[in-house]
Parts: sequence; C-alpha cells; structure tokens
Amino acid sequence: MNDVFQLSVVAGILTSAIRLATPYLYAAIGEAFSQRSGVVNLGVDGIMLVAAYASFFIVLTTNSIWLGLLAAIVVGLLMGLLMAFVSVTLKAEQGISGIGLYMFGLGLSSLLFKTTIGTVKTVTGFQAVKIPLLGDIPVIGEIFFHHSLLVYGAFLLVPIAWWVMEKTTLGLRIKSVGQNPAAADSLGVNVDRVRYFSVCTGAILAGIAGASLSISLLNLFQDNLTAGQGFIAVALVYFGGWRPVGILWGALLFSTVNAFQLWMQVLGVKIPSDVAIMLPYLLTIAALAVAINRVRQPAALNKPFERGES
Amino acid sequence: MPPENDEKAVRTRRFDFTGIFFNALLPLTGMLVALLIGAIMLLILKVNPLTAYAQMVNGAFGSVTGITQTLVKATPLLLVGLGICIAFRASVINIGGEGQIIAGALAATWFPLVFRTWPGWLLIPTTLIVGFSAGAFWGFIPGILKARLKVNEILTTVMMNAIALQLMNLLIRSVLMDPAGITAGTYLAQSERLPEQVWLTRLVPQTLLNTGSLIAVGLAVLVYIFLWRTTIGYRIRAVGFNPEAARFAGINVPFNQALSLTLAGGFAGVAGAIEVMGVQHRLLEGITSGYGFSGIVAALFGGLHPLGTIPASILFGGLLVGGDKMQRAVQVPNSLIDAILGLVVLFVVGSALWSRRWAVRRQMATAKSQEEQA
Repeated sequence: MNDVFQLSVVAGILTSAIRLATPYLYAAIGEAFSQRSGVVNLGVDGIMLVAAYASFFIVLTTNSIWLGLLAAIVVGLLMGLLMAFVSVTLKAEQGISGIGLYMFGLGLSSLLFKTTIGTVKTVTGFQAVKIPLLGDIPVIGEIFFHHSLLVYGAFLLVPIAWWVMEKTTLGLRIKSVGQNPAAADSLGVNVDRVRYFSVCTGAILAGIAGASLSISLLNLFQDNLTAGQGFIAVALVYFGGWRPVGILWGALLFSTVNAFQLWMQVLGVKIPSDVAIMLPYLLTIAALAVAINRVRQPAALNKPFERGES
Repeated sequence: MPPENDEKAVRTRRFDFTGIFFNALLPLTGMLVALLIGAIMLLILKVNPLTAYAQMVNGAFGSVTGITQTLVKATPLLLVGLGICIAFRASVINIGGEGQIIAGALAATWFPLVFRTWPGWLLIPTTLIVGFSAGAFWGFIPGILKARLKVNEILTTVMMNAIALQLMNLLIRSVLMDPAGITAGTYLAQSERLPEQVWLTRLVPQTLLNTGSLIAVGLAVLVYIFLWRTTIGYRIRAVGFNPEAARFAGINVPFNQALSLTLAGGFAGVAGAIEVMGVQHRLLEGITSGYGFSGIVAALFGGLHPLGTIPASILFGGLLVGGDKMQRAVQVPNSLIDAILGLVVLFVVGSALWSRRWAVRRQMATAKSQEEQA
C-alpha cells in the first residue's frame, strides 16, 4: 500500500492521466462546437468507433500513420454530414438520431472488423516524442513532455478552440446560431450552414478521438473499443459548461480517476475491478448534478430551426 | 418528441385513416431504405443480398422454432418499447434501457433465490413486481435528478447503464455466483439456477416461448389504457406535447417527467425479470442482448403507441433472429443487423418532418372543405 505514495507511482498515474485525457478532449471539444451551434450529437461514440477502425485498418495495411489519421478524419466528416443531414436538414429529434448514429457506428465497425481483420492485432502507431529541453526536466518532463503527437494535439486544441469560439467571427456565428437562430437568421447568418459546419467539425474531432485510441494509445482494435467513452465526452461538455477550459478540467479529472484505478490494479491493491470501473461513472453523475446549474446551456440546444416558426 | 399528428386529428373528431396510413408508410419506407443500404454492404462483402435476406426471413418466420424464437426476442423489445412510449411521450429520452433491464434481472434473480421455499403462485407475481421495482428505481434516479436538478437524463441514463453492468459483473462473480460452478472449479460468471416454481410456463414444448410474452402483450394494453384513458396518462402526454402549456394548466412538469422515467425503468425491469424467469432461468453475462437500445427502435417504429409497438417488436425480433440465421448460413456477422437498426432509427426520426408537413397539409385541406360546406 505504501507503494501508492511513491513519487514514481504518482508520476506514473499523472502520465497515464495525460494520455487517457486525449480521446475525451478531442471528442468533447468537438461536441462543444456542435452543441454551441444548437445540435446535440449523441452519436460521438459511434463516430469514434468507425474512425478508430478505419484508421487502424489503414495503418495495418499501409503502415502509414498519417494516412490512418486522414482516414479517421474522412470517416468523421462523412458521419458528421449524415448526422447534420438528419438533424439540421430533416430537423429530427437530435437525441434519438444520435442514438441511431451510435447504433449504426457500433454495428458497422464490428461488421468491418470481423470481415476484414477478424482477430485482435496490433500496429505501430504514433510514437512518443520527447520535447527537447522541456522533456529533460526530471519527473515533470516525463509526465508532460513524453507523449505522442496526438496527445500534444489534444491539449493544443484547448486554446485553439477557445480562440475560435471567443475571438473570431466564426465563433460568434456559431454561438449566435445556438443561442437565437431566428435572430441570427434575420441578420443574414445562414443557420443551416453554420450548424452543418459545427456538426462536421465536431464529428471530425470525434474521428480523431477514435484514431487516438486505435493508433496512438492502444494501437489495437476490437469490438466496441471505445466502451462508451464517446458518451462520457458528451457528459464532459455539460460538465465543462460548453467551454474548452472547463472541458479540459473535466477530462483531466475523469482521466486521473481512471489512471488511478488502472494503477491500483497494476499494484494489486485490493479493490474489485468492477467497483473501480464504476467509479468514473458515479463521478460523472455527481459532477453533472453539481455542475449543471452553474452555467446556462445554449438556448436553442436540441431545437431544430425552421424559418417562419416563432 | 415532435407533436403527434393523431393529437391534431382529434380536433376534427374523425378517425384519420390517411393519417394512420402515412404514419405507417414512412417507417416502412425507412426500413426499406435501411435494408437496401444493408444490401449494398452485403454486395461489398461479396454476398448475394437476396440469399442473405431470404435466409433471414426464413430463419425468423420459416419454422415453428423460428417463429417462437422471434416472439421470445420480441418480448423484451415490446416491454422496453412500452417504457420508451411513456417516456418519449413525456419528452423524456430514456437511453437507460440496458441498465434498467439489468437491474430488473438482478433483482428477479436474487429474490427467488432467497425466498426459494415460497410456492409458485406467490413467488412468480412477487418476483415480477420486484423486477419492476428494481428497474423503476434505476429509472427513478435519473428521473429525480432531472426533476430536481435539471440534470440531462440522456447522460445520466447512459451512466446508469455502465454502473448496472459493472454491478452485475461484480455480483455474478461474487455473492450471486453459482455454487455448483465454485465446487466444480469452473467459476462460470453466472448465477445459480432459479427454483423451478418461479420458471414461467413454456407455451410451446421444446421452445423458449413462455407466458412472459403474454404478460408483455397484456401490459401493452394496460399502457394504452393508462396513457389515453387516465388522468395521469393524459398529464404525461400533455407534458410532452407542450411543456409550457402543461405548466400553465397547473400540471407539475418535472414530477410527471420523473414519473414517466420511473415507469419506463419499471417496464425494462420486467423485461429483465422475464428474461431470467422465462428464458435463461438464471442470470448470466450479456443478459440484455442490446434490447435496451433495440427497444427504442421498436417503439419509434410503432409510432410511440403501445399497441403499434407490438407488431414493431415482432418485426425487429424477427430481424434479430434472422440476423443470427444469416450469420450461420452466409457467414455475415450479425453486427450488420445493428448497423441496419441504427439506420432505421435515423430514417424514422428523419422522416418525421414529412409526417408533420403532411399532417398540416391534410388539416388545411379538411378545414377548407369544412369551410366550403358551411
């Protein structure tokens, strides 16, 4: 039990936490874009699965990690277009269409995996890159600066997303469409186009989230690889109050609990693994209950926009 | 949920045949398109789609075993779907079917194992009620969180699914583990076999079809009466139809939403109980078989109407059974069925737009003709 408090273990937990936050960050920040424009995309997990499969398959066959990443982006874009078509153009009930997208992604990724790969294989994905100088700092360097490019990318995404949302016309348009689509429309903003853009951006990021699992963190693919991480990412958006920085804290909190749980198992600390796996979910519910009243959600969230309707 | 056309039709005091026709036509078209896309996938997999689909239909409806198996799978779909009808009608989206099934199954396993001396006539109804209550509790938590703290129920129900799954995994590996497996040293992750008096009677010998299916149909009728013939049911529908108006009419919106989620959980819990009492006779991993999600498809397909959900769940039960048959006959993984189900959901909710527009158009036409008559 004393092992837990050793510096190396703490460093190990924190290093894992940084790594494990990656898929949550991509997926949740992507979802924040989508939700800020007024569209709830519950299909994140499905997109992640298909993208994780696609990037893994491409890396397995071509050995090119960049082609793999590209595959994930293309898959994300296509599934985003599908979601946007159903939710924006056809104005469907978003919560349910998202579940449809999830089921479709779950089934499709499993179908493709079973017919083209079949057994669990591994690939050489994105490798850890040590950042010069910073990476040489003892302990700190190991925790923060020994990661793969996709991990750095996820953390860079936080300030970028903040800048886009708060400092650009594009961000203003996205937010206005999510807050009051009728007003935005009367000012000449094309509501549908902005929503298509936001949903697709979110879906592409969800695709990268999937790739970060299959060709960077785990370097393998199996049925239901994400195990619901996409849903947790959606929860993190609420938890983070639709702001990238809030999402960052949520993702880190979640991944730290997860990393702690994994390390406890490695160290053989006696807590049943099922209880340990349950912890993050209980934490999410508690966090949602605490966080939900703190910030207001986009006013037009989950509301399809139709011209001429009040 | 989008406003229902039949609500508007009531105003004209006329049975709206065209409305019902169109409302049935759209989901069927959606299904057809989904199957067509499935056929394209099959072609890519170098399988003749006609052969594959023929195997599917044959597997689901071509023999007594097939038909009974279809009905066995339709039962949990119907029960989950009934809960979805209630919840969605109150504008509450219940994604927690999986967890609620598990909660019901866990309780319905634990209870008869503890009270194993009770006679069947007492044990069966109490176990069903215990299963209902456990599922209802699992729906109540997200329900009360939504009502009191405005926590998004979609997210909490998803989290409750994960918690229920881990709870079951924990229990069937510890206190509920089959003692026979422990003495034999196999340590199978399953519970002890339930006492025989709590087993639901099999309706056709040599098959899994049991009285649970009849219970489900009975409950469908009850839910119909509940939603359309009682005050509470009326309130629940009013909340979903127009929450603002319902609030002004003095209806307690959060309470009714929490209630509908609790009831939805209860019906999924019964599905879990029947799975244990009528089909498996014990609790084992994968007891939900994804019914918590496919039940949503059945309810949507049935127009969120308890009676419409009956044929819809038989159709999707057949799809699931046929998918297994197809997997054996032409070696296409039955994940294809999941993908098709997902597409059906997308197309059905996507087509609601036309359904709404047609309803408006029909209404305007009726109003016009009435004006002319006057």
